[in-house]
Formats: sequence, structure tokens, C-alpha cells
Amino acid sequence: MGQFLQQLINGIQIGSIYALIALGYTMVYGIVKLINFAHADIFMFGAYMGFFLAPVMAKIFGGAFIPTIIAAMIITGLLGFIMEKLAYRPLRYKSRLSALITALGVSIFLENFCAMPFIFGPTYRAFPSMIANKNITIPGHLGLVISNVLLLDVGVSVFLMVLLFWFVNKTLMGKQMRAVSFDKPTASLMGINIDVVISTAFIVGPALAGAGGILYGTTYGMLASPFLGIWPGMKAFIAAVLGGIGNIPGAVLGAYVMGISEAFATSVNSNLGYGIAFVILIAILLIRPSGLLGKFVPEKV
Amino acid sequence: MRRVLAVILVCALIAGVGVGCKAKAGVVNLGGIFPMTGASATFGTSSKNGVDMAVEEFNAAGGATIGGVKTTVNYINEDDTGLPEVGASAAQMLINQDHVIGIVGAVMSKVSLAVAPICQAAGVPQISPTSTNVKVTLVGDYIFRACFIDPFQGTVMANYAYNTLKVQTAAVLYDNGNDYNKGLAENFKASFEKLGGKVVAYEAFTDEQKTVDYKAQLTVIKAANPAFLYLPNYYGSVALQLKQAREMGLNAPAGGGDGWDSPDLVKIGGAAVEGGVFSTHFSKDDPAPKVQTFVKAYTAKYGEPPDSMGALAYDAAGLLLDAFKTCGSIKGSDIRDAMKNTTFSGISGAYKFDENRDPIKSAVIIKIVNGQQSFLQTVNP
Repeated sequence: MGQFLQQLINGIQIGSIYALIALGYTMVYGIVKLINFAHADIFMFGAYMGFFLAPVMAKIFGGAFIPTIIAAMIITGLLGFIMEKLAYRPLRYKSRLSALITALGVSIFLENFCAMPFIFGPTYRAFPSMIANKNITIPGHLGLVISNVLLLDVGVSVFLMVLLFWFVNKTLMGKQMRAVSFDKPTASLMGINIDVVISTAFIVGPALAGAGGILYGTTYGMLASPFLGIWPGMKAFIAAVLGGIGNIPGAVLGAYVMGISEAFATSVNSNLGYGIAFVILIAILLIRPSGLLGKFVPEKV
Repeated sequence: MRRVLAVILVCALIAGVGVGCKAKAGVVNLGGIFPMTGASATFGTSSKNGVDMAVEEFNAAGGATIGGVKTTVNYINEDDTGLPEVGASAAQMLINQDHVIGIVGAVMSKVSLAVAPICQAAGVPQISPTSTNVKVTLVGDYIFRACFIDPFQGTVMANYAYNTLKVQTAAVLYDNGNDYNKGLAENFKASFEKLGGKVVAYEAFTDEQKTVDYKAQLTVIKAANPAFLYLPNYYGSVALQLKQAREMGLNAPAGGGDGWDSPDLVKIGGAAVEGGVFSTHFSKDDPAPKVQTFVKAYTAKYGEPPDSMGALAYDAAGLLLDAFKTCGSIKGSDIRDAMKNTTFSGISGAYKFDENRDPIKSAVIIKIVNGQQSFLQTVNP
């Protein structure tokens, strides 16, 4: 029982980071019907920003974690905004295939540009330790030990998710975003500025991914290379599809399902752990393609 | 007129191509294939430093005399990035384009295994400083190594764990996609169980360059309650594995192989790797005068003391160059024969090759104390 619970907790920790990335995928898809492949690389960029900014923040503010995560979110939000303006806006009313290929191109560009020696370089970096690790033993005979980093991951994730839900459901801009994702042409007829709404989605989504990057760096302590975003990004994308792409609570649900299934599958066999993500993807596409929480919207002819 | 011009141009082109191809008389090329970038980058840097030093000393001592011509050696270093395919294409380039007399490399057994068939087929001697997997020298008689092999290494740590630390149970976490890690894990398990111990958990992951999260496997290991953790992986992933293990309250003493031998182990792992022990080829604290001279010279030149990779690369290159000088020929088969019969004495021990071109050498056990490598003991075969 103890091992089952421990794996469950491991899965929740991984799932929290996936959730932050999946939210970005799902928001952007909901509004512009584009799968932003470069989103995984914004996550990577956020992690590297943490690497570079943490010492600076420690010097200016004393404690490094909160200023670093805020700064990383601002920088990645800005990166998302620039990406949209330069790469996606010119293709907005062209075919979706062009936008998809552009997204792939942006992704490859970001990865390889950052791998150049004068930018981030291809070698690994030891992520600065901003939180001293403390183990907390859960009383009782199950022998569970969790670390304060785990609590931080889940806590920061949940806090940002709650903030997002408030933003989308209780503010005017959130209402505009929901309207645009429901019916874009009509929303523009109602006087909503489509450009502003889309740009906002491309700031909020990447900002969450940036926060995810900082949490990833803090949890694992090492940034392997500028290609580190590919694998978590893929899992987060599957999570978004699992929950229903375009559906925000769905992305969160999907991410936790992915994280927990990964933890359990890896404990059985490490190769199964890698494959389980794709098994889930194939299963959901065969059984319920609109996702767990998504609604099947038939195409009106 | 145009025709004459065309003929002259073509001749010039052919002559130009010819000039680029062969090494100049009096200079031969020596090739090296090391992981200069990637997860084991410190291994590549140390190895290249070692070979550079050996080549410099060789040339300064007068080089070799080939057919009456005084010949020096030019060292060409290639990056294998830790991937077998890149190592293989580097070997092709060194052999076909640079016409090297020999190749020092690679560090990782999986890369050496990819390079070896190419060297064997081309008749170019290859000496790997640090590839410990058994299969490497079995590829052919042009393939040598300068280090001990994994069956020995696995036994060293099994003996240490069972006899010195007096533990009865152990758990293993290894990369099942890499011959080095797999070989060491299998050898440790066999030796430990032969001594009477029990391996209570034998977990695997795939590709340490891509994996960062080991908590699932570590949870299974923790549930089995081992008294010792054997992590035969490279320093980057070991640092992460120990960090995550300590974070979940798994505090059993940990040990591993020569993949741990890097200053970055402590840099990435911090307090989690404290107290860890590992078997390796060389310790800079060895009081032998030859070793200390080398350590001082290396530190003066590169700003940090040498690790096993640098020492072994220095010995490997030294051995190959010594054989080259002895046989006085640039033919691969002559150099190979001279290497087989060598009596070269390096800083990591005296070299005598057995029938598989594996040297019979001792291991040292190093412990991480206060973030520094501390020499524990030498283990003789």
C-alpha cells in the first residue's frame, strides 16, 4: 500500500509540471485552432531563464525563487507574444496546414538556436538550487517520505491553475477569450478585438509554460540541453488531447492522468513507462476522440 | 587556347586535391574520438588533454624515425557527442581523409563498439583509454584498451560492499540501453550473489541522456529495503538518481563504477553524493613519483588535477606512440604487432596485454568525502 501511495505521489508531482505545459497547448488551440509545437521550447526557455536569472535575483532580492519565477513568466510571456506576432499572425487567415508547419519550424529554430554555443550551448547545466531540500516523513506505518520540493511543485501549479480559472471565468478579458474560442467571426462582430485576445492567449499560455520550466529545473536540478523540452512537451500535448483539446479543466485532468500512469508504468518496466503515453493517446483517439471532457462538435455543413 | 587553359585548370585541380590528402612527409596524423559535448563532456575534455600532453612530450623528445626521416605527430581530435553513429562517422573521416596511423578512443564502450569494426576493417590500430565493456577488444586484433574490464570492475565493488561494508542486500539501478551500464550491473549481481549476498531489486531505465525522473524505480527499490545501492551509470544521471533517492528518504550507501569519475558529480549532485564510493583506474593521490610528476604537469597546464580519463588517455596515447617509435613504420599491422608485445610502463600501471589485448591492471576505490575525491584503496586483480 505504501508503495502504491508513493508512486501516486510521484505521479502527481510529474503531473503538476505537465499540467502547466498542457494548459498552454489547450488555450492556444481553443482560440486559434493551432497546435503550437513551439510551446515545449518555451518551457525549455523558461527553465534556462531560471538558470541565468537565479543568481541575479538572489543578489537583488535575497530569496531567489519567487522573483525568478515571476521574471521567467514575464520573459516567456513576451517570447510567446513575439512568436505570435512574427510567425502566426501573418498566417491567420491562411490554411491551417501552413500555420502547423510554421509552428514546427519555430520549434526547430528555437531548439537549435538555443543550442548554439553563444546562446545556451549544447552541454548540460546544473540548475541553481533555490530551495534547500527537506524531507518530510509522513507519520504512520506506511513509511511515506515526501520532499518539500514536491509540495512546492504541486502548490505552485495549483495556485497558477486557480489563478487561470479566475482569469478565464471571472474577468472581462477571460470572457472575451471564451467568446472567441466559441465563435470567432461572431465575436469580432460583437466588437471584441480579436488581435488583443489572441495575443493575450499567447502571453498567458507561454507564461505558464515558463513557470513549468522553473519548477522542472528546481525539481530535477539539471538542464540536459536545449532539447529538454521535447519529451515533456510531447507528454503534455497528449495530456491536452486526453482531456479534450481546447478544454482547460480537461488539460489539467489529462496531465494528472498522464503523470500518474507514467509513474505506475515505469515501476513495472522502464520501457513501458515511455510507451504508456502513446498507448493512452491511441486509446483516447479510438474510443473518445474529443477527449475526456471535450464535447464532440459536429461540423455544420 | 581555351582547351589548353581547361587542361591546365584540371591539372591544377587534381594537384590541389592531392596536396590536401596525404600528410606531409615528416608529420603523421594521430586521431582521437572523444565525447567533447553531451552528457559526458568532462570525460572528453580530460581525455583530449591527456592525449595532447602525450603527443607534445613525444614530439619534444624527438618524435620517431620512419625510414630515416624524423617524424612528429599531429593530433586530430573528433567529437563523438556520446553517440555511436557520430563516433563511427568520425572514425571514417579520420581514417579515409586524415590517414591516421592510429585512433585513441572512444571513452564510452558503446561508441568504441561502433568504431572498432571500422578500424579493424581498415587495419588501423585503435586503443580505447576507458572502454571497459568486454566486447570491445573481441571485435578484432587491431583493437586494444588501456583499462581493466567490467567483469573485474563489477567484482571489485561487490567485494567492497560485501566484505568491507558488510552489507547483505543490494539494489541495482542501471541503463539497460547501454552496454557499459548493463555489463557492470550483470557482473556486480553475479559477483555479489556468489559471495552470498542478495540483490533485492534490479531496476532499469533507458537512455540516461533523456531520462531525468527516476522516482518510480527508486520507489520500487526503497520498498525492497536494500542496504547498498549500486548505480553503474555516468556521473550526470548518478547525481540525479542520488538526489532523488535522498529526497525520498532512501539513505543507503551508494557505489558505482568509473562513470562516476568526474568533478561534475559533486557539482550536480551536491550533498546527495557524499559518502559514495566508486571503482576507477587512477587516483591523483597515488604517491608514486611518476604519478605525482604527471599530476603536477597536468595541473600546471590545464588548471585542474587529472582524473582517470585524462590519465588513461595519456597512457593510451603514450603506448601507441611508443609502439609507433619502436616499429619505425606507419603500417597498421606493424604498429599493431609492436603494441601487442609492448612493455610500456604508464602512470596508471605497467601494461601487459593478454590474448584479448586487455591489460592486466589494478583498480582503485575512491570515496567522496566533503565534496572531494578521496583515495581509499587499490585492488589488484
